Amino acid sequence: MASCGSACDQSHCRRPDDSGGAEEDVPERFSASRDSDTSKTAGGGDLARCSKCGEEPKAGTHRVLNGMCASCFRSYLYGKFKLAVSTNAMISPTDKILVAFSGGPGSRVALQFVHEMQKKSLESWDASKSQSFPVFGVGVAFVDESISSVIPSPELDRIFKHIKLIVSSLVPGHKDLHIAPIEDVCSMGSDDGTTRLNKLLNSVSDATGKEDFLDHLCMLSLQKIALDNGYTKLVIGSCSSTIARHVISATVKGQGYSLPADVQYVDARWEVPVVLPLRDCLTDELSLLCQLDGLETLQLSKRPSSSNSINNLVSSFISRLQDDNPARERTIVRTAEKLKPFGFNKFVENKYHEFIPSRLRCKFQNTNNGGSDLAEVFCTFCMSPLSESELHDMHGKSQTLVDTFTAACCQSCSFQILPKESESLQHFLSFLPQSMTRKVADSTLEQSLLR
Amino acid sequence: MGDSDASSRSKRAAARLCSICNQRQAALKRPKTLQQICKECFYIVFEDEIHKVIMDNNLFRRGERVAVAASGGKDSTVLAYVMSQLNRRHNYGLDLFLLSVDEGITGYRDDSLETVKRNEIEYGLPLKVVSYKDLYGWTMDEIVKAIGLKNNCTFCGVFRRQALDRGAALMKADKIVTGHNADDIAETVLLNILRGDIARLSRCTIITTGEDGPIPRCKPFKYTYEKEIVMYAYFKKLDYFSTECIYSPNAYRGFAREFIKDLERIRPRAILDIIRSGENFRIATSTKLPEQGTCERCGYISSQKLCKACMLLEGLNRGLPKLGIGRTRGNNDLKKQREHGNSVPKITDSNLQSKQCGSLDF
Repeated sequence: MASCGSACDQSHCRRPDDSGGAEEDVPERFSASRDSDTSKTAGGGDLARCSKCGEEPKAGTHRVLNGMCASCFRSYLYGKFKLAVSTNAMISPTDKILVAFSGGPGSRVALQFVHEMQKKSLESWDASKSQSFPVFGVGVAFVDESISSVIPSPELDRIFKHIKLIVSSLVPGHKDLHIAPIEDVCSMGSDDGTTRLNKLLNSVSDATGKEDFLDHLCMLSLQKIALDNGYTKLVIGSCSSTIARHVISATVKGQGYSLPADVQYVDARWEVPVVLPLRDCLTDELSLLCQLDGLETLQLSKRPSSSNSINNLVSSFISRLQDDNPARERTIVRTAEKLKPFGFNKFVENKYHEFIPSRLRCKFQNTNNGGSDLAEVFCTFCMSPLSESELHDMHGKSQTLVDTFTAACCQSCSFQILPKESESLQHFLSFLPQSMTRKVADSTLEQSLLR
Repeated sequence: MGDSDASSRSKRAAARLCSICNQRQAALKRPKTLQQICKECFYIVFEDEIHKVIMDNNLFRRGERVAVAASGGKDSTVLAYVMSQLNRRHNYGLDLFLLSVDEGITGYRDDSLETVKRNEIEYGLPLKVVSYKDLYGWTMDEIVKAIGLKNNCTFCGVFRRQALDRGAALMKADKIVTGHNADDIAETVLLNILRGDIARLSRCTIITTGEDGPIPRCKPFKYTYEKEIVMYAYFKKLDYFSTECIYSPNAYRGFAREFIKDLERIRPRAILDIIRSGENFRIATSTKLPEQGTCERCGYISSQKLCKACMLLEGLNRGLPKLGIGRTRGNNDLKKQREHGNSVPKITDSNLQSKQCGSLDF
């Protein structure tokens, strides 16, 4: 196997199909450290020019990544963003986009780039005579998860003020800011969401299960905000680094079947489809951009870090691997890309037909999904499509609501979230958010109709 | 002394009864399920689970001649022992024999081979040893002398795989069984994800491989935890050789192994979950996978013109130790390497592929 030839996915080949594999990332790291040295010695030497635009760096600035100057680096990242948005028809002129903001670099950059895109559209709308194409609307959502960590309320107020400041600084184009505590999805009628959520969390004994359950609730919160306020798309700032961690975590939790659903650009399982425009960037790149451009991020210790959490173990494992080889996160995502995505990982309706460049329209015709016309059954908690064996277990169970409920549940959630004893299970189920239990009632009806 | 002490003592004693038979004292905590069980019940569940795997996956047919790949290490010793036990107990009707590979590593392999020779007597299974020297004209000692300690595991692994096949063919075996355990397979799934090797990822969880080839090989220990194998060997006082290969470097697999050990501590079932994930991965039809053909020189299975073993051997015989190692490098890459002065640690194929004392290619 000395020759690589065309089938470059072979075992001994580290070089991936597209260019920019392992070898290229190694020099990036290297020249970054060397750059800081040369800039200290008043920018001399043979790496004086930006590798893209060939400009000499001004005094006081330094090259950042792969010999690029700050502005080339910025357009490199924005270029990735734009490419993802256009190839996947993520944003169309009639959309109302909700950007999920967590305070981290990914969502901050996502917010910034969406804003810049809106700004450009507004400018050309202003300039155009006909003004026939509308400009998409943008809103920002922040889910307050302070219930699971101990943040004193003056600190919390400061955080909210800070976020308001960030959002209001993004002009032109007014953006509504929605801040909702995560317990809101759990409130039922007059019952306070906080007590219900605390009861739920106390029923989950597994540390990883608790974290994942909060993640699912966070997504439900975002969906609620989007639905209540008429948003058509939800943008999240997940990048390759996040996705690499999810790939390994999901593998470790036995979710090999559903894994491809979570790692694509588009996730249309939800009522408000979720899109990931920063999927091809790395956390390091995004943090660097935040530093360069003074984009403010919030260091929110969202949850107490648990030594028993599989998610934390995976995260530190991948950080170690990434330090050892800066191409690792990308390679992991690339592997996951070779797995078969689901039908809902694409926009197949022709709603946006007229807004898609003609050369890309064929991509969005109703393609033959290779037999996956069967509607997938989703786990009540994590929305994972259930595999055949999980479905098999489901049909074996009886028809009572409790059993049907626990049956429409993937084996991972069943193990790490659901309490084992039937009494505590009943207790747990009674406090679940309505948006979760409603789905079950619907599927129970479907199942009984099918029989 | 009083009633309270006696009752607390009896409570403690009661708490330590085997959770399966409820009669005997619990002697160990089962790594897979964390149950407290006695030795006898442990033997029973351990052997029964393997029997179930063999039955559920139709690993063998009656009358088959099966080569048990034996290195003298814990996995293969327990494998030989359990296979002969189950063969007798459940009447599989298999013709078992031990097949061992002598890589020619003085101070290591000759010691472990002694263990296998003792196994031959202890288990009553005939032994056949094939050596690298006979098959390839090179011992590992000679190879290491020629190429150093960087890519030696690649050579050993590739050569051993072929050596097992050739030995099995010589002995007219119908099947090979290896002692790859759940930890091994979980590590391999992770490694293949980390390396982007989708072709291997799709194959590595299959319990019987090479069914379309001359001699299929299967892994009855696919769902057996390494810790349990060690416990079984310990309690049964089985004779095995437990030293690391003297040439094994810090293999890349070590990263994955450490991670899996940490994982097992938090959630023991995670090892089986990784294997389940591996089994459930569906490869996109658009992905290009290598085509299976045969080696021009030796006729062995290969996706290239020459199989890896022939390629490596060619390199050895021509004094080109890097032939067949890594990707083809253009001049550009060599220049980059020199610029860096190798200050950045490079992950080469050997590191990626290295596993001590085990064949890698599934």
